[in-house]
Amino acid sequence: MKDTGTYGLMAEFDNVNDAVIAARRTYGAGYRKIDAYSPFPVEELSEAIGFHKNGVALVCLIGGLLGGTAAFTLQWWIATISYPVNIGGRPLNSWPSFIIVTFEMTILFGGLSAVFGMLALNGLPMPYHPVFNVPQFESVTRDHFFVMIFSSDKNYDATATRRFLEELGPISVSEVPS
Amino acid sequence: MAKPTEVEAGEQKAPVIQPGHTFASITEKVSAIVLRRPIMGGWVLGMFICFIILQWFLFAVCWLFYRGVGVWGVNIPIGWGFAIVNFVWWIGIGHAGTLISAILLLLRQSWRNSINRFAEAMTLFAVACAGMFPLLHLGRPWLFYWLFPYPNTMSYWPNFRSPLVWDVFAVSTYLTISLVFWFVGLIPDLASMRDQTDNRALKFVFAALAMGWRNSVRHWNRYETAYLLLGGLATPLVLSVHTVVSFDFSIGIVPGWHTTIFPPYFVAGAIYSGFAMVLVLAIPIRKFYNIEDFITMRHIENSAMVMLATGWIVAYGYAFEAFMNWYGGDPYESFLRWNRLHGPYSSFYYALLITNLLIPQILWVKKIRNNPIWLFLVSLDVLVGMWLERFIIVIVSLTRDFTNSAYGMYFPTHIDWAILCGTLGFFAACMFLFLRLLPAVSISELKTLLPEAEVTVEHETEVHQ
Repeated sequence: MKDTGTYGLMAEFDNVNDAVIAARRTYGAGYRKIDAYSPFPVEELSEAIGFHKNGVALVCLIGGLLGGTAAFTLQWWIATISYPVNIGGRPLNSWPSFIIVTFEMTILFGGLSAVFGMLALNGLPMPYHPVFNVPQFESVTRDHFFVMIFSSDKNYDATATRRFLEELGPISVSEVPS
Repeated sequence: MAKPTEVEAGEQKAPVIQPGHTFASITEKVSAIVLRRPIMGGWVLGMFICFIILQWFLFAVCWLFYRGVGVWGVNIPIGWGFAIVNFVWWIGIGHAGTLISAILLLLRQSWRNSINRFAEAMTLFAVACAGMFPLLHLGRPWLFYWLFPYPNTMSYWPNFRSPLVWDVFAVSTYLTISLVFWFVGLIPDLASMRDQTDNRALKFVFAALAMGWRNSVRHWNRYETAYLLLGGLATPLVLSVHTVVSFDFSIGIVPGWHTTIFPPYFVAGAIYSGFAMVLVLAIPIRKFYNIEDFITMRHIENSAMVMLATGWIVAYGYAFEAFMNWYGGDPYESFLRWNRLHGPYSSFYYALLITNLLIPQILWVKKIRNNPIWLFLVSLDVLVGMWLERFIIVIVSLTRDFTNSAYGMYFPTHIDWAILCGTLGFFAACMFLFLRLLPAVSISELKTLLPEAEVTVEHETEVHQ
């Protein structure tokens, strides 16, 4: 990737409370294009950066409904239209015996939609990302927390934003090259 | 999320994680098993034994494919022999992994966080072992895809009114969902491994598998939702799988199979044998890999209690089966009861009652529940007992069904035994590889058990400057 300047500024914290306070202040100061990074899921941190809802549940619901509908329709079509077998005059559309496969396919498609939907909404797989250029960022999978302000934010200013982040009491503030 | 009280309640119960750990020490300790620990003699010996068993397995399977299913002990009237017995046994063992990862997740049992990873791996390998048997017994295994509905030149479709077709869907869904559940749980840990290793090749492999996971809280938020949804979907799934397996029997009219107690009793038996396998694996793993801090006596004792409880549901199943044989008044069912107690396989039935009902009762004693060696032995005993249960259900009913002229006996051949032992070797080899290649304990979920993971600042704290 060509060097087109800065991707953003990143502040490093060594405990979850400092990171949550910093994220809240950053949001409170009017920054909106921000992100935070933590070694394990922290609900308060995503609340703090203003990220409340995600679409994974909806994707899962749609996937599950499609899977179940498709499974039942396929069985009904096979039993009544494509391959009808008359067994002592019993009804061709013997729906109770189709419920199990319908159920299993609902679970299968719902589960796969949840997983692939989560990956797609997260933009993964993503082999390259600018944040990995910061050497300290390696500790995010171990024990450190990061708050990041992107340079695309309308309030972003190279010096003022850096001063703002330094006032939050981080261990370090790093520039993320893009 | 962890409550600090859970860690402090050490007087009564062992803690879920030994005090004194930090985020960094958890990452270090778990990743070191894969990245820094030298390969030990015990691991090499274990892997070598598994390798020998796998060669035996390979021979047996090749012979089976070359000569056909006649090399097994199956013959009319016993068309279902070891293949179905082992299939049901293995798939039952897999159930504990999903129970731990999904049902205990929904019930917010945070102690599951340290044992879910290897229990899920156990599920995957056990379902893989189970899945081999239906394929091996097909006779023409290269036509396995006939099981699935696909448009074909024969203009033929599977019979969706058959429990055997339901089974195909239930088991393949179970395998797929278990695989993605396990892999989704692994993604953040693969990212941890990527950052922990200095080896460039390993870094590349872990980075590729982690798919660029960067611990963003937006990602975590969606991840948590997806994980919870998977838990919610896997919970009814795991209950349905053994239910459908039991339908293979209970939809049929063979005496001893045609009963409505089968679904709940099969599910309870599955969880019973599954927790036995969890203990058989957890007890040596925590000892040899020095992770007694993460898999504590609390986990061991809880698993033992689940075993005891599900063991009693199984006992209830036996009792009700016997009661209905008598109360139903059906002569074939009454004869089945007599045959189990006095017929040619009666010694197996008494062995079943001793191993599955009698011996596990020592788990009432707290001292035994806290003694890993005793628990290990009881778990092995339960695994044998649950295998015997499936043997009794399948074989005793088939050897004596409706007319005297159709009576027969079943004797497994050495190929039958080789394939059963071979799947055990396959399972153990997979576990050995898993322990060396991937983090056996969930690093990110373990961190949430620490008191430091709790956010203690009030929500209103200085949001505005």
